[in-house]
Amino acid sequence: MSTASGTQQHPISLYLKIWALLFVLSAMSYMVDYLHFQGLLRWSLILVFMMLKAGLIVAVFMHMAWERMALVYAILVPPLALLVLVGLMASEAGHTFLTRLLYFR
Amino acid sequence: MSAIPTNASVPIGLRGFVSDWSSDRNTFHVAWGKAMMWIFLLSDTFIFGSFLTGYMTVRASTTVPWPNPSQVFSLHVGGTDVPLLLIAIMTFVLISSSGTMAMAVNCAYRRDPRNAARLMFVSAAFGIMFVSMQAFEWSKLILDEGVRPWGNPMGAAQFGSTFFMITGFHGLHVTVGVIYLIVVAVRLLLGRYERKGNYQIVEIAGLYWHFVDLVWVFIFALFYLW
Repeated sequence: MSTASGTQQHPISLYLKIWALLFVLSAMSYMVDYLHFQGLLRWSLILVFMMLKAGLIVAVFMHMAWERMALVYAILVPPLALLVLVGLMASEAGHTFLTRLLYFR
Repeated sequence: MSAIPTNASVPIGLRGFVSDWSSDRNTFHVAWGKAMMWIFLLSDTFIFGSFLTGYMTVRASTTVPWPNPSQVFSLHVGGTDVPLLLIAIMTFVLISSSGTMAMAVNCAYRRDPRNAARLMFVSAAFGIMFVSMQAFEWSKLILDEGVRPWGNPMGAAQFGSTFFMITGFHGLHVTVGVIYLIVVAVRLLLGRYERKGNYQIVEIAGLYWHFVDLVWVFIFALFYLW
């Protein structure tokens, strides 16, 4: 595991397992499109597979799971601000859409 | 009555400003190169996050139907149209390059620069494959389907601008990453890090490379599958 000098040493087999898992998750998200899932089921599956893949890459491949807590929080907390931006822009987009329906059709 | 103890050895004014900012102190107990790469990747997260949010905004606010990515990016194989085939292959190629890169970091820390360099060259080769397939996809879209940044025959005009912007910026990252990996791999073979006794750079280059894969996960889900 993480040594005093800050180097990351983990068994190769761990990386191979994560690699296989990422393959399976990608194949499953591809199947969502291939099998023509629609509506809420489609969106939730896409987002779940996306977050699982992103989590595995960050935690294992990028070694975040073994880093010091201060670094983990310094990197992972600020992107949450993007969720605020997404929320603001989603309501803005809804407003633009409605005004376009009213005046530009 | 200031609570801050006065210390004659601490310089003030401009000299103090410089010495405060350049005093060698670690906030994070990791190598400074690694901390700096993470902070760079954090800033890059905001760039891609803003691009994807912009894409969401224009897609949600247009009254013209959005082109169906499943059909736009289908490939004609064996008499039928397979949806998103090329994109799926590109996804697997990029994940594989991440896998070999993770193993290269492992080899480097085990003081095995030959195998580390070999695995990094494999990762770079996967990266080149990815960019080549992206070039094919772009030329197909531009030449055959008539997609332009300002319009396309399939639907909402914003499709082209967001597609070229987001995938173009990601492809640029992959290209830069390939050059970065090759430079580090060559230096591994030349024994540069063996002499310094420090193989941290392989992990730092790996962080960048995994990040490129990470961004693709979001682009694949939000642009191609949505």
